[in-house]
Amino acid sequence: MGLVDLLQSIIPPALFFSAPLIFTALGGVFSERSGVVNIGLEGLMIMGAFVGIVFNLAFADVLGAWTPWISILVAMVVSAIFAMIHAVASVSFRADQVVSGVAINFLALGLGVFLTKQWYGKGQTDMVSEPFYTTNILGVSDIPFIGPIFFQGIYVTSYVAIILAFIAWYVLYKTPFGLQLRAVGEHPMAADTNGINVYKMRYIAVILSGAFGGLGGSVFALTIALNFSHATIVGQGFMSLAAVIFGKWHPLGAMGAALFFGFAQSLSVISSGVPFLEDVPQVLLLIAPYVLTILALAGFIGRAEAPKANGVPYIKGGR
Amino acid sequence: MTSNRLFNILIPIISVLLGLIAGAFIMLFSGYNPIKGYMALWSGAFGDLYFMGETVRQITPYILTGLAVAFAFRTGLFNIGAEGQVIVGWLAAVWVGLAFDAPMIVHLPLAVLAAAAAGALWGFVPGILKAKLGVHEVIVTIMMNYIALYVTNELIRSVLTDNLDTTESISASASLASEWLQGLTFFSRMHYGILIALLAAIIMWFIIQRTSIGYELKSVGYNEHASKYAGMNVSKNIVLSMVIAGAFAGLAGAMEGLGTYGSISVMSGFTNLGFDGIAVALLGANTAIGVVLAAILFGTLKVGAVNMPTVAGVPTELVDIIIALIIFFVASSYIIRWAILRFKKEEK
Repeated sequence: MGLVDLLQSIIPPALFFSAPLIFTALGGVFSERSGVVNIGLEGLMIMGAFVGIVFNLAFADVLGAWTPWISILVAMVVSAIFAMIHAVASVSFRADQVVSGVAINFLALGLGVFLTKQWYGKGQTDMVSEPFYTTNILGVSDIPFIGPIFFQGIYVTSYVAIILAFIAWYVLYKTPFGLQLRAVGEHPMAADTNGINVYKMRYIAVILSGAFGGLGGSVFALTIALNFSHATIVGQGFMSLAAVIFGKWHPLGAMGAALFFGFAQSLSVISSGVPFLEDVPQVLLLIAPYVLTILALAGFIGRAEAPKANGVPYIKGGR
Repeated sequence: MTSNRLFNILIPIISVLLGLIAGAFIMLFSGYNPIKGYMALWSGAFGDLYFMGETVRQITPYILTGLAVAFAFRTGLFNIGAEGQVIVGWLAAVWVGLAFDAPMIVHLPLAVLAAAAAGALWGFVPGILKAKLGVHEVIVTIMMNYIALYVTNELIRSVLTDNLDTTESISASASLASEWLQGLTFFSRMHYGILIALLAAIIMWFIIQRTSIGYELKSVGYNEHASKYAGMNVSKNIVLSMVIAGAFAGLAGAMEGLGTYGSISVMSGFTNLGFDGIAVALLGANTAIGVVLAAILFGTLKVGAVNMPTVAGVPTELVDIIIALIIFFVASSYIIRWAILRFKKEEK
């Protein structure tokens, strides 16, 4: 097996598995940077996957090849609205943000499966007829060496995810909006005295995390799962949360971590075909993302420092 | 002034009522008859002795996972890892149950203790990381859940069996199952574990309310710094709290492994016993008696729900939605408290 063949069998699946994680992790970065812990990423992904699949099934005849793209947009919007429950509970009602996030996870799964049974009369939907397909990216797929590895037989959504990570980085670190959002997460009272509306910024951040989570969930559903059931999203949201932390709450860091986790996940799928990985027990590859996150948090891989006000409800006029 | 004690009782009750009302509206909007739905739920939980036995069976692990979450909460720790602690406890209990034969008086306690020890170990890791390095326990426990799931599946396949998905049944000398209880309840899967669960609740009450260890654990939960200045060893208390919490969750695993199933199977996803334990603890206001009551409610809802599709056509997931809403309402107690005080004012 030559080097190009080897890379060609590793990199496209890694990109394919990481795309949903990148999207969702970016949502987590926005939310946590504003000081709202978001354990509910899993639930937001479930909502996204559910809406993406249902919309796709309902409108495939009308929209044809555009169906998957419009499906993920609709999933984004619905999940953003769904995330408002978390925003209301944790920003306005001062609920414990972790508890509220746990409730979001319960609620999304309950609602998703309840409505699936209600609408389709069974525990899982049919397979979608218009999922995303792999393509060769025009113009760059013929470049020797790089083309076959990175641009042939690939899902466009993977590149959308990577581009969005850079946009998120630009928004968070190079715009006044991003500065305000981060200020609210580090020291809400100082931000408030400077005229930043803490509640508004936190609402925006949580709604953004809903949109990104919905995107992640629907992309997962329309590239990997292709239908919706209780077992469609099992842990990808928590893995994205791990990516947020492993990436030190930085959009590009989170992207890097998500790429790495996607790589680890794809390895557990393709390892039998890769020479030096054949002998690694699969269980080690499966637990790698989680063990690495714990090690990162424990400071063995550089200290991961959370935004200062993360998880603390802001009470105007409090001390 | 309305006292705090009154609020602590009122808020869970209001939350449950709001959750059930919301559930009724969801049934109404989805074209089901809510009265018929709730009747089906009731008879599915208490309709005859079989269902009552099954309800008790479900309540048993809920009490233990509820205690696992509540106990850590009292020290200011959020144990989302009950799920993983249940899984390793289940594995350890079945392992001991399969490994050898011994008289019941030795074998059964050994299997139960092994489960508690495995859970305690799984709680120790986040505990020590929190105490020594200040790592947030929520993230570590979530990660430990996945590690438990994958490692357990691997051990079932490669060590406990020869590439099979389910182990053999444990020896009778390690089993909690009881022919007497089964006969009494038309062969439900009810087992003696409920006694262990209730005993655990009493132990939690005793530790928290009647010992100096419990006093220190609570004190650390209220104010870490004040406890430190008072000469308490904060690190030790954090680790101890997570270890005891883990042991409770491990026992819940033993209930499944030694009582309900008598074996362990490869799991495609989580058991959800640990996650439901969070709901149980929250609704039970993190007290031993509250946890028992909340476990009874959620156990009833979960088992009763199974009857809903056949009798009333309502999908079982309705109950999951109701439970999620109840958690929201309890979590948002600030707004319920505000509303109650508002009404009080208007009366005057």
